[in-house]
Amino acid sequence: MPDFEEKTQVEEIDRSLYDFKDKVDADLILDSGLTRKIVETISEEKNDPEWMRQFRLKSLEYYNSLEIPNWGPPIDGLDMDNIVTYVRPKGAMHAKWEEVPEDIKNTFERLGIPQAERASLAGVGAQYDSEIVYHNVKKEVAAQGVIYTDIESALRGPKADLVEKYFMKAVPPTDHKFAALHGAVWSGGSFVYVPEGVSVEIPLQSYFRLNAPGAGQFEHTLIIVEKGAYLHFIEGCSAPKYNIANLHAGCVEIFVGEDARVRYSTIENWSKNMYNLNTKRAIVEKGGAIEWVSGSFGSHTSYLYPMSVLKGDDSRMEYTGITFAGNGQNLDTGAKVVHIGKNTSSHISTKSISRDGGISNFRSEVIINKNAVDSKSAVTCESLMLDDQSRSDTIPVSDIRNSRVDIGHEARIGRISEEAIFYLMSRGLSEDDAKALIVGGFAEPIAKELPVEYAVEMNNLINLEMKGSIG
Amino acid sequence: MSDALLEVKGLKVSAEDKQILKGVDLTVKPGELHVILGQNGAGKSTLVSAIMGDPSYEVDDGQIIFDGEDITDEKPDIRARKGIFMSFQNPEEIPGVTVENFLRTAKGAITGVKDRVIPFRKELLSKMAALDMDASYAERYLNVGFSGGEKKKTEILQLLVLNPKLAILDETDSGLDVDAVRAVTKGIAEFRNKDNAIIIITHNAKILEGLEITASHVISDGRVIKNGGSELVKEVITNGFGSLIGGADNA
Repeated sequence: MPDFEEKTQVEEIDRSLYDFKDKVDADLILDSGLTRKIVETISEEKNDPEWMRQFRLKSLEYYNSLEIPNWGPPIDGLDMDNIVTYVRPKGAMHAKWEEVPEDIKNTFERLGIPQAERASLAGVGAQYDSEIVYHNVKKEVAAQGVIYTDIESALRGPKADLVEKYFMKAVPPTDHKFAALHGAVWSGGSFVYVPEGVSVEIPLQSYFRLNAPGAGQFEHTLIIVEKGAYLHFIEGCSAPKYNIANLHAGCVEIFVGEDARVRYSTIENWSKNMYNLNTKRAIVEKGGAIEWVSGSFGSHTSYLYPMSVLKGDDSRMEYTGITFAGNGQNLDTGAKVVHIGKNTSSHISTKSISRDGGISNFRSEVIINKNAVDSKSAVTCESLMLDDQSRSDTIPVSDIRNSRVDIGHEARIGRISEEAIFYLMSRGLSEDDAKALIVGGFAEPIAKELPVEYAVEMNNLINLEMKGSIG
Repeated sequence: MSDALLEVKGLKVSAEDKQILKGVDLTVKPGELHVILGQNGAGKSTLVSAIMGDPSYEVDDGQIIFDGEDITDEKPDIRARKGIFMSFQNPEEIPGVTVENFLRTAKGAITGVKDRVIPFRKELLSKMAALDMDASYAERYLNVGFSGGEKKKTEILQLLVLNPKLAILDETDSGLDVDAVRAVTKGIAEFRNKDNAIIIITHNAKILEGLEITASHVISDGRVIKNGGSELVKEVITNGFGSLIGGADNA
């Protein structure tokens, strides 16, 4: 063990991370990359079915053969040679409350998060009372035949065959290096199954699942909504999730059945040291619809482009997103859509805000295949820069392979108006409050898409970000 | 301490390094209504903007005293909280912020206590009714897509809700439509009492009709060249500035 300690480059990580089994230490010392042994240990500890064990090992092979993406914001702050330090097979790797950065604690304070939840959100506490709420919700929807559970339970539950059938079929581990990493080491997350024709009246919120071991780092969300059914799923919450291991490579897969509709809303607020390399994808059958509502706050660097595959005829997608980049943040967000079926439609609408030297880039890709005739696509993005140091770019890509389509793209980049600030100040608002009101108004079209309590939280979050000082 | 609400003393103001006000004095007491007159570019709007604290103007010399306090270097929000209000000629559009939300926020900023939603809404709707504004405006985004008349009404509505000690109405634009003129007139009637004061920039005889004018001031080339009462306003509206500024454009 002492030898190994010297290898550790992330000081604050608890030693228990490496306490897999005493025997594997030799391996670890020789190779600080991700080894077969480590993945097997994870699989064993999670009591995976055999197919999952194989899946993890296969993913590991892809991981080792794939290159790190080089087309986006720099991620060289990640210690890829020492990837093992990001992988956490046990829930035991907790930081101490005293070590949680002050700004995170202050944010909890200002958002009014109850004490018990703060510890949990900071990754230093046990589960809290909302687990009870979760159980009640679970019971309520179960009466409709809906399965809502953590994904580990699903692997051994009555729909285990569905998990096997769909797990990482929308986002295969071959997709990119971090998808492969996810496939090898994923842990925690939600499973939702909505049977044919069932409309789930209450939004299911994974907020209540936040404390599953490993959640917040490599969690996997698998949502299967059958023909004619409806689900609104809400993931994440506005409180910053702090994790001393600063890589997040989660994965969300949504399978939308024929004529089904799924709304997936999320507000993510990662701690400012986080590399958020998340992959989200929906596959939509004939007549189905996927609606994404996405708020990206926090993180050091984000790559986030939820993708919709409009596989069936008449299927459609809507993406509404907002990104807020402050000092030291480089957030690369957007959306991707592939039109395969005929008469499919996509609508991407985003807003981005950058302040204090933050970088917020919008990236979109619209692909309309040869057979996807009579399809429509509209992309609009609006960027608001709050000062001269901040940056915003738009990188829209379209790949249109038939001529019977209707596509549009609109981009607007602007700076906050001094005149508007003076106008509001002349009505008694402080300069900060004036800016916050303008930015809140800019974000209003997104807030309107969120359930009211989340909209309020997002507004609070914007106010907090607006007041955040440099450094 | 004098009993003046506003005292402007020897005010020199420039914008983009060009001096616009070259030494202006003005004293306004509670209960008074002052009319400011002058040709385009004379400095009327500059004067009121400087009183409000518009950052695009620089005060080179002089003082602005409000309610006994020197506010020359204060930011606009502090001035607003002390009781100064200015209606804008071209108010900014603020997308995503409803008139109601904005005004409740602004009133809270000024009084220090944010009203509860329901009582505030009641107050707002009654003030809107007084201005013949449709209740649906409360839900609209502030000034977004508003006509000139609608913007003007909304400015006056803000005046009534925020209820300042000093209202400055910049109605320089001679092209105000009937609706806008009516809104301003009604607003002044509704607002005015013996404890507050009004400064209005206008040449519009309709707006001033029936108003008891305390004093009037003609500004030319950054200076007050003549002070008077309602008779001076009449003269300017009837004859223009010719006789006052010697018939020459000496700007």
